[in-house]
Amino acid sequence: MPDGLDARRNAAMPCRRPPAVLLVGIAYFTTAAFSDRQVMTLFIEQCLNGVQFGLLLFLLAAGLTLVFGIMDLVNLAHGSLYMLGAYFAATFAAWTGSFVFAAVLALAATLVVGMTVEVIVMRRLYGRDHLDHVLGTFGLLLFFDEAVRLIWGPAGITLPLPPWLNTPVQILPGIQYSAYRLTLIGLTLATAAFLNVLVMHTRVGMLIRAGASNREMVGALGVNIKVLFTLVFGLGAALAGLAGLMQAPIFTAQIGMGENILIIAFVITVIGGIGSVRGAFMAAIIVGFVDTLGRAFFPDLLRLMLSKDAASTAAPALSSMLIYLLMAVVLVVRPDGLFPVRK
Amino acid sequence: MTPSGFNLRNVVVVALLVALVLLPIYVALSGERFVLTLFTRIIILALAATSLNLIIGSGGMMSFGHAAYLGIGGYAVGILAYEGIFSGFVQWSVALGASALFALIIGALSLRTRGVHFIMITLAFAQMAYYVIAGIARYGGDDGLTIYRQSQFVAPLDLSNKAQFYYICLALLYASIYLIWRLVNSRFGMVINGARSNDLRMRAIGFPTYRYKLVCFVIAGTLCGLAGALLANYTAFVSPSIMYWTRSGDLIIMVVFGGMGSVVGPLLGAVALLVLEQALSGITEYWQIILGPLLLLVVLFARGGIDGLLVQWSAQVRS
Repeated sequence: MPDGLDARRNAAMPCRRPPAVLLVGIAYFTTAAFSDRQVMTLFIEQCLNGVQFGLLLFLLAAGLTLVFGIMDLVNLAHGSLYMLGAYFAATFAAWTGSFVFAAVLALAATLVVGMTVEVIVMRRLYGRDHLDHVLGTFGLLLFFDEAVRLIWGPAGITLPLPPWLNTPVQILPGIQYSAYRLTLIGLTLATAAFLNVLVMHTRVGMLIRAGASNREMVGALGVNIKVLFTLVFGLGAALAGLAGLMQAPIFTAQIGMGENILIIAFVITVIGGIGSVRGAFMAAIIVGFVDTLGRAFFPDLLRLMLSKDAASTAAPALSSMLIYLLMAVVLVVRPDGLFPVRK
Repeated sequence: MTPSGFNLRNVVVVALLVALVLLPIYVALSGERFVLTLFTRIIILALAATSLNLIIGSGGMMSFGHAAYLGIGGYAVGILAYEGIFSGFVQWSVALGASALFALIIGALSLRTRGVHFIMITLAFAQMAYYVIAGIARYGGDDGLTIYRQSQFVAPLDLSNKAQFYYICLALLYASIYLIWRLVNSRFGMVINGARSNDLRMRAIGFPTYRYKLVCFVIAGTLCGLAGALLANYTAFVSPSIMYWTRSGDLIIMVVFGGMGSVVGPLLGAVALLVLEQALSGITEYWQIILGPLLLLVVLFARGGIDGLLVQWSAQVRS
């Protein structure tokens, strides 16, 4: 690596200035949005969807980045816990008939599964090569996918929303938004706040942060590092499960649902800076926004520049690619992510 | 790294290489055409795994986007066939060229990072390629593209002849293994190996390791593009799913299962894994529930993979 880059990396400062491209995009959207009432409604709706998706991604990415940062473990099976959360919630809802009760039970169940997996498998992978992590957790992923198929069958299952959540709410005069999605935004924000308090202002959080910067030293100071790791892994699993059970009523719970979103969660951890929960939060919101708004408005934007045919061909591919492009750019320009953990 | 001369491990490897050459004769005698189809697939995926092993095993570059080249090679054949160009020379050259170019671009960017970041950035580029191809409606998008005519070569070569196609794949695999074996043991291979163990030190001695690694990355990508072209001819169909990230995971499994860094390891891994897959799926529909934990066991207890075990056993037999 050229020396200039190293020097730049050493002087890494959190980037708070949004890039020019983003500003141009925002300017375009706002002018377009307020020129037409219908477009404005759509724009506000999509922004809320972007926030909601971003927050959901944060739940997944937070667990991933904690496990990544503290245990230095690449966990491909994280998406499986997301899937299990959805399946547990759907099953418990069918048993108990109560959505809230099912959600709480599902959360507890993923926590237990996560801690069990940590004790049986993950513990043996710490300190190994990253390739071993990739391979071992890939094996776990296959196992979970197949176990779900064995237990719940190949078809997905749905989690019906209770009527009190299944109604649109008026948020601004003339603009309606799903009550469930609003609840999700509130709940995930609360979870993010809880995580912030837990990590930044409690003793356990202090140990977690200490563990992230120097594992051996924390162990040497007499902290039971094994129990701490099990707890962190369980916490990550529960967050993934929470994301899964939240998503289950919007899409159905199905096999392989974790695989796609897992990669997005990885993208977020890398953009945000591995091990940084705050970075994961910012990156998740950015990615949620870019992805949702990209899908909604990118085709129109392209039509301004390209012919109609070319735009309709290129748009779906390009809008799916956007977040990967974002990550590639971030990695090349700022290899440690936007909000690197200071070592 | 691997012991030479007469020992158990080398006997097993040579026996496998010879058995693969003799396989079509067995098929012709027994009439089990299915075996030939299965092994053609194994050979093609072994070629892809062999190319991946060059960068993972020798170079220590943990690419998690290797399946992208399978897709690029496959789609080069598929798209050209769709547009009415059936010449194998053109199709395969485009497949190799496109893979090499893709590898050059993503390698040039990715190799600036290391460790987990390298894994993730190669993954990101492969996913981008996946979405690009899945988004092109003209060539089938998500549904894939059927190839109605296989690559056409000059007179005696005929890919639609199953036995001939098998031998072509096998010859290409053996040639690639030989090429990589020569490469790994050359000066170039030494530099790559050195860069894996200690990049900083290699640079301090004066080797521009970035360029060496990039060349290595491009060679591996090109070889995998060749495997993609073969795979498209084998299935007479290409779809974006051959370049989804789980497929890259499958290739890594083959490499590690067989023995990372060993030249014949990926072949052993591909044969063992796909035969096992076939056997397990005969026992139960839910065979992955066995395969998953098995992988985990290999990772935990058999670091060197199958080749590592063979080497260990031959050492025990000798002493």
